[in-house]
Amino acid sequence: MARRVFLDGVDPWVNWSWLSSHVPTVLADLEQHVVLTVIAVIGGLVIALPLGVAAYRWTGLRLPTLGTFGVFYTIPSLALFALLVPYTGISGVTAEIALIGYNVLILLRNVIVGLDEVPNDVLDAADGMGYRPLARLLRVELPLALPAIIAGVRVATVSTIGIVTIAWVIGLGGLGELILQGYIESFHTPLVVGSALCVALALTADLGLAVVKRLAVPWARPA
Amino acid sequence: MDFLHRVFIWLADPAHWHGSDGIPTRLGEHLHLSLEAVAIGALIALPIGITLGHYGRFGTLAISVSNLGRALPSYGILVTAFQILGLGDAPIILALTALAIPPMVTNSYVGLREVNPDLKDAARGMGYRELAQVLRIELPLAVPLIMAGIRTSAVQVVATATLAAAIAGGGLGRYIIDGFAQQDYVKLFAGAVLVGVLALVTEGSLSLVERLLVPRGIRLQKARPASRATAFKTA
Repeated sequence: MARRVFLDGVDPWVNWSWLSSHVPTVLADLEQHVVLTVIAVIGGLVIALPLGVAAYRWTGLRLPTLGTFGVFYTIPSLALFALLVPYTGISGVTAEIALIGYNVLILLRNVIVGLDEVPNDVLDAADGMGYRPLARLLRVELPLALPAIIAGVRVATVSTIGIVTIAWVIGLGGLGELILQGYIESFHTPLVVGSALCVALALTADLGLAVVKRLAVPWARPA
Repeated sequence: MDFLHRVFIWLADPAHWHGSDGIPTRLGEHLHLSLEAVAIGALIALPIGITLGHYGRFGTLAISVSNLGRALPSYGILVTAFQILGLGDAPIILALTALAIPPMVTNSYVGLREVNPDLKDAARGMGYRELAQVLRIELPLAVPLIMAGIRTSAVQVVATATLAAAIAGGGLGRYIIDGFAQQDYVKLFAGAVLVGVLALVTEGSLSLVERLLVPRGIRLQKARPASRATAFKTA
């Protein structure tokens, strides 16, 4: 391991001159991190929304779908990457299969809970007003389930941001690449910058989605 | 010979079942690291969560600690602990403990908070002192959620312990990290199977313990605890 030596012999936690000369690298890793996360969350939604609606309608689907994705979710990401690599190679596909699979479980649960919690009176009223099943789903049930669904998106996003730090194992970069560099070179700056950006990204995304929820679900605001 | 067959042969090879890089040794390291982290985490987290839940104070803090825990990058925490403490088990256990604490604090807080206030009044009316009330009324009723918190933590610690190998530690993750480094896909896959099975067995056996520990009287009235645990995944 190459240990960096500084003039005063001490490796500070953040070496600002290294940081200022490596802004493009850091930004590229940050961008890659965001891209991997966004694909994983949107991919998870694309699968979990229809599956959740189906499992809400046909309760017999709940046990098999939640069970299957529950097993998937329990398998550690490093192991799941390793199980997929012989088939999908060292690629973004490998990472996204794992990350999307994890998010499906989180989102699926919340979609089902959200839809289950729509009051029966509301459904009766919608039926009485002449809503057909599809219109009732799209214009009454899903909007009322939105708070639970967005809560799921928040958890999925924050978890994904943390797990993506392991994507360097399959050569995908992201902020984990900076942490890895900090480890290999025993150099604190990239380690601290990578970790801090990761936490900041997670908290920013969480806050941003909280704002989205406030705007999307005005009726849930406390009076 | 097809790939899965070679993986099977790797797993069945007696050479992989003894020595310092053998499966029993690596499994032992993995369990040792995980157990120690969960035990230390529980000793720290449960008294905090139980106290806050009993008095109903600092609720936002007790809940948001889980959000914060989820935002911590486990790999970054491990490498940071490694930079501070150097080689050995100490940095791994420190990092794993940090990840074990949040779900246990949140769940034990919520578990005690959700105890029906009428029951607490009744306990007081019957002459229970505060400590007896906590130990004999509130804790038994909170067991389902507390246990769900311990299970969530334990499964995540076992999963994250796989990353110990990434900072020169032991455990079953060794096969995966080495498999990637040597591009030995058979070893990689075999290691992943072992880690996956261990995670599933941990989840399954703790769910069973959870079910056995729930007092019979409240088994029917509570929703299945498994469905109530918050999603918490760090690795």
